[in-house]
Amino acid sequence: MKPEPSTFHSRPDGRRRIERATTWIFRAATYLVLLAGGAVLLTIAVKGSRTLFQSEAPFINWSFLTEAPESLYIFEWEGRTLEMGDREFRAFKERNPAAANVEAESYVYSAGGIFPAIAGTLLLVLGSMTIALAVGVSAAVYLNEYARDGRGIRFIRLAILNLAGVPSIVFGLFGFGLFVIFLGWNVSLLAGWFTLAFMVLPVVITASEEALKAVPLGFREGSLALGATKWQTIRRNVLPYALPGILTSSVLGIARVAGETAPIMFTAAYVVRDQLPWQVERLGDFFFQGVMALPYHIYVVSSKIPQNAHTERVQYGTALVFLLLVATIAGTSILLRQHLRKRHSW
Amino acid sequence: MVIADPPLMDSSAPELAGTPPPPAPAERSVVAQIEHLDFFYGTTQALKDVTLDLESRKVTAFIGPSGCGKSTLLRCLNRMNDLIEGARVAGGTVRIHGTNIYDRTVDVIEVRKRVGMVFQKSNPFPKSIYENITYGLRLHGRRDKSRLDAIVEQALRGAALWDEVKDRLHQSGLGLSGGQQQRLCIARAIAVEPEIILMDEPCSALDPVATAKIEELIQELRARFTIVIVTHNMQQAARVSDRTAFFYLGSLVEYADTRDIFTNPAKPQTEAYVSGRFG
Repeated sequence: MKPEPSTFHSRPDGRRRIERATTWIFRAATYLVLLAGGAVLLTIAVKGSRTLFQSEAPFINWSFLTEAPESLYIFEWEGRTLEMGDREFRAFKERNPAAANVEAESYVYSAGGIFPAIAGTLLLVLGSMTIALAVGVSAAVYLNEYARDGRGIRFIRLAILNLAGVPSIVFGLFGFGLFVIFLGWNVSLLAGWFTLAFMVLPVVITASEEALKAVPLGFREGSLALGATKWQTIRRNVLPYALPGILTSSVLGIARVAGETAPIMFTAAYVVRDQLPWQVERLGDFFFQGVMALPYHIYVVSSKIPQNAHTERVQYGTALVFLLLVATIAGTSILLRQHLRKRHSW
Repeated sequence: MVIADPPLMDSSAPELAGTPPPPAPAERSVVAQIEHLDFFYGTTQALKDVTLDLESRKVTAFIGPSGCGKSTLLRCLNRMNDLIEGARVAGGTVRIHGTNIYDRTVDVIEVRKRVGMVFQKSNPFPKSIYENITYGLRLHGRRDKSRLDAIVEQALRGAALWDEVKDRLHQSGLGLSGGQQQRLCIARAIAVEPEIILMDEPCSALDPVATAKIEELIQELRARFTIVIVTHNMQQAARVSDRTAFFYLGSLVEYADTRDIFTNPAKPQTEAYVSGRFG
């Protein structure tokens, strides 16, 4: 008797062909994303590191990180082509009176560094995230712990969701109208802080609410049953356990606050400014000064000045520093979150 | 204490070997009086005209099939139902030492300080054992370290947990076993010295050994506290309680000494339930 042919051998038919095809379509889509992301990051990393790093010690181009932007001057001198920043060029002319009328090509913002922009971005992130977390977490606590569900609350939630979908340029115009013009704050840190804070509020509120919801009901009931007030319960037995989740949301917020150009271009950012933010006469002036910011600087050097080989250096250098800065801030909050999780897990 | 329970199937009355001796009939002092209580969740009536007295330093058991309102009534006693949206007392009173706790002038915080609660699902806070016990005391402003230390030991001894945890007071309460966690919750409740302790099916998630320990503990606690326990386990009610109230569909069917409920119920419904014919 001949044995039956095994029924487990695959027989090519339409179903199997579709199965293989779909697998490959999904795979290709995934790799495409990887490819696009990789291409962007790699370009910035390779071209930017030419600005940020150098071949001799100390290998990092500190002047790019610590100096203010300057114009680049290129000129012929005694048979050689010299490249100098603004200050260096003036000192050179003082030393060599013969060079006073030398013909130099100048490239704006192509020499020096981007320190004022780094400082400005850090200040903008710090201030706006402080405001956004204070307002956002409070709102989330109210919505999740205090408010009773009703038409009003549903309307507020809907409004928050819609706010998340508003383009950032609209927040910029809103900030310009309210803070810069109406409240008379001019182009200032304070106006930028509030504009950016309002922009990330929906993200912070929604994510904080999720984090609060994830805290078991038993913690609240147990605490209330011991005679705690609602606020005691929230402060001692709910918020500490929601904090890791809230921090996760703030990481997303930080990346957005640091990266958006549109909200600050009317409200807080200067194209260039010689003084650093802390070089103010009175403490009050600190809040009412405009600052440079990395994303706006990238925008300026890539689209507001004549493009050439010399500007590319600043463009990619700034972009790389910007990415590293955001990665560092995000990494720090992730570490902080893990530390908190270890202490408060259930 | 009997650990392994004989199955209760169709015998007309459960064994009463573990039942505490009947209390002396004299001096029945009433701590709480529930009178004509009507309670709604939204439009659904969960309690219908319930009237019942709780006696001081006795264990009262609430029994009945699921959805009969026994847990709702328990949560009326410390106003935990306030937390549920749409839940309201529509009529009647809950008096503790004569004061209606649903009066507008009553501070719910004070009620919950006097009426402690142990939940069905043990809910130790993700803090150390020590911090779990002192949580309630700190809420009420107790800071004195040596006093707190003493109360922690006293509460843990009271909950029969001290010997098991005395060397790891500062480790997380979540590292304990299920039964230990539930006893930690009991210790946490007694640390604030309430007068009444409400227990909402405290053993339903525990194994028989842990259950036996909790039941033993209840026997010890009844000397100091008035205890109300909701249970699905009729033998448990028979073993631990002095008085038993049987609820059905939101109404109090019968409330009497536990011995009477299980051996000589007055209502046929009670008889049918305790003998396992329904519910």
